[in-house]
Amino acid sequence: MSMTSEQHVLQRIEAARQRKPRIKEERITLSHGAGGKATHVLVEALFLDAFRNPLLEPLEDQAVLRIGEQRLAFTTDSYVVSPLFFPGGDIGDLAVNGTVNDLAMSGARPLYLSCGFILEEGFPVADLERIAASMAAAARAAGVSIVTGDTKVVQKGKADGCYVNTAGVGVLERPVELGAQHCRPGDAVIVSGPIGDHGITIMLARGELDIESDVISDTAPLHGLVAALLDAVPDGVRALRDATRGGVATIVNEMARASNVAVVVDESTVPVRPEVNGACEILGIDPLYVACEGRFVAVVDGAAAEDAVAALRSRPGGEGACVIGHVKDDPPGLVLLKTAFGGTRIVDMLVGDPLPRIC
Amino acid sequence: MRFVDEFRDAETARALAARIASLCEPGRNYKFMEVCGGHTHTIYKHGLEDYLPEAVALVHGPGCPVCVIPMGRLDDAIAIAEQPDVIMTTFGDMMRVPGGRGSFFDSKANGADIRMVYSPLDSLKIARQNPDKQVVFMAIGFETTAPSTAMTVLRAKADGIENFSIFCNHVTIIPAIKAILDSPDLRLDGFLGPGHVSTVIGCRPYEFIPALHGKPLVCAGFEPLDILASVAMLLEQLGEGRAEVENQYTRVVPWDGNPKALQVINEVMELRPYFEWRGLGFISHSALKVRDSYAAFDAEVRFPVPGVRVADPKACQCGEVLKGVIKPWECKVFGTACTPETPIGTCMVSSEGACAAYYNFGRFTRERVRVAIGP
Repeated sequence: MSMTSEQHVLQRIEAARQRKPRIKEERITLSHGAGGKATHVLVEALFLDAFRNPLLEPLEDQAVLRIGEQRLAFTTDSYVVSPLFFPGGDIGDLAVNGTVNDLAMSGARPLYLSCGFILEEGFPVADLERIAASMAAAARAAGVSIVTGDTKVVQKGKADGCYVNTAGVGVLERPVELGAQHCRPGDAVIVSGPIGDHGITIMLARGELDIESDVISDTAPLHGLVAALLDAVPDGVRALRDATRGGVATIVNEMARASNVAVVVDESTVPVRPEVNGACEILGIDPLYVACEGRFVAVVDGAAAEDAVAALRSRPGGEGACVIGHVKDDPPGLVLLKTAFGGTRIVDMLVGDPLPRIC
Repeated sequence: MRFVDEFRDAETARALAARIASLCEPGRNYKFMEVCGGHTHTIYKHGLEDYLPEAVALVHGPGCPVCVIPMGRLDDAIAIAEQPDVIMTTFGDMMRVPGGRGSFFDSKANGADIRMVYSPLDSLKIARQNPDKQVVFMAIGFETTAPSTAMTVLRAKADGIENFSIFCNHVTIIPAIKAILDSPDLRLDGFLGPGHVSTVIGCRPYEFIPALHGKPLVCAGFEPLDILASVAMLLEQLGEGRAEVENQYTRVVPWDGNPKALQVINEVMELRPYFEWRGLGFISHSALKVRDSYAAFDAEVRFPVPGVRVADPKACQCGEVLKGVIKPWECKVFGTACTPETPIGTCMVSSEGACAAYYNFGRFTRERVRVAIGP
């Protein structure tokens, strides 16, 4: 068989991937919540189909609403992490920071949150107090207020302890239009710090693996870093997304697809802590797919990349920021990895779920 | 990272690549089979083919434990999982493997208690924690994983744990290699031997390959430099007119294997007269079952299993892929009807499956990508 027929097959596959997504499963599986391909199919084929409107269509982590002259960012997120308490955080600060970050990725200043609790009968009040206290502390640290809420209790066995939903609103004070569809050839891809800490922390905190490590969750509010970035390169930022479920790999894929560009990532420049790398190596997981809760991916104008990185590095939480890749025009929609070994491969979206209930 | 980075050094890789190129006889093409799915994964994950000259082609072999499980066996496992009060435990790789009536994932979504474990000992732990449930371990793999399954059975027996059993699907590598060598469709110049299996069985069992078939085999490690070094060793043998079994993976593989591990397997398991391999059909003496003396730990004895053979979907060409007869992308359904999200064949499921490796890592045109990546 010649290369031509392989090319033909690749083209056929691309065509198949462009097709309208369709849910093939009869029932929801854990993959539908993993943030990877199955989640995308579920959202696009079911929810977007049902709710379709211009504000929802970009499928960003938040909607940007115009009310009078004011632009508001609005988002919601649910938290089902297990265990509820883990090194570096708990479901409470995760629920605040996660929603704050979804707002921040539009360039907004987060202002107000709601919180909804779904509690299982028998859940210890002391644990709930601890969660509420950490939510309060996280909200204070992020400069947001929790201004409304709801509580439901379900019978024992119908939920796992405590689930939290938060919604948030923020205000866009800068004239930025960020979006995954704005990436252009020549842009640089930046991560704001070492990746994978949160996912590996949760995995190890479950105690199923008998691996010990000092790694702690990276859960943190990111709007301060985002503001520093937008101050430093006001016109240079194209897109921001926090690298939660599905990790950096999934985010970069979303951007490559939305902008119809290629992204080339240089593996040797991707910051990963040695202990995270070690755990990934043992578990056979690629750190590019491991969730973070306090890191974002920024695509910026290539000419502004140096200033962007310098601005991030000057702020607490951004010390580890660096350029990990570049946007090219061809092959569109694909993420290519120059491996540390010196070879080439693609990086696809996450398939399946290596780790349910990470956040 | 120490003990890892040393085996992924790009400079050493370039030196090895130059050596490989110099060892190739001008005008001659070489086809080597990497027997083990772990090698396939490494080759694609690190983009190792960028270092190989066009004259050297690597062909993927049958050594992917998940890939060779036939659909009927999965249906049997699901039937066990769906019995009342059963907890089925399995390696994560098996979750999405399609059987005749769906996968473990589907069965779990339907209410079966199916849990992922990293070791059979985790499964035994679950049995200890759930004395009122029957805990079954879906045992898969070659000689690499059979000792840990056997050890777990011995532990269960020693500790008097009665609610634990294994659904044994362990297979052996030599009959599969024999089946490949007997396949008329394939002309190979040599083999990269399965390093992990060899830690247990050693290098001697491969001696029939040079002796009877005149082909060299090099037992290869799993880091990218291991594979390049092993390719160089195969080319050296061919250049010198030799065909031998050699061991590149000496830091892990003892020439005589691990007698203790073999003894443990032999204590708990015995060869089945025959076993069906997905895509390869029935191969005699190619799999292990639990010995009668340990029947109390044999899920096939404890639970009713349908034992119905399910034919592979017509469109699926996993068999040809597993035998190295076709490349993954040459399968008719590759990447369109069969993808990692909705696999038809097993080779698209496991991270060690050739189709999954190619789809996830190698699905691009090298010429176009060279432009994007640059020098």
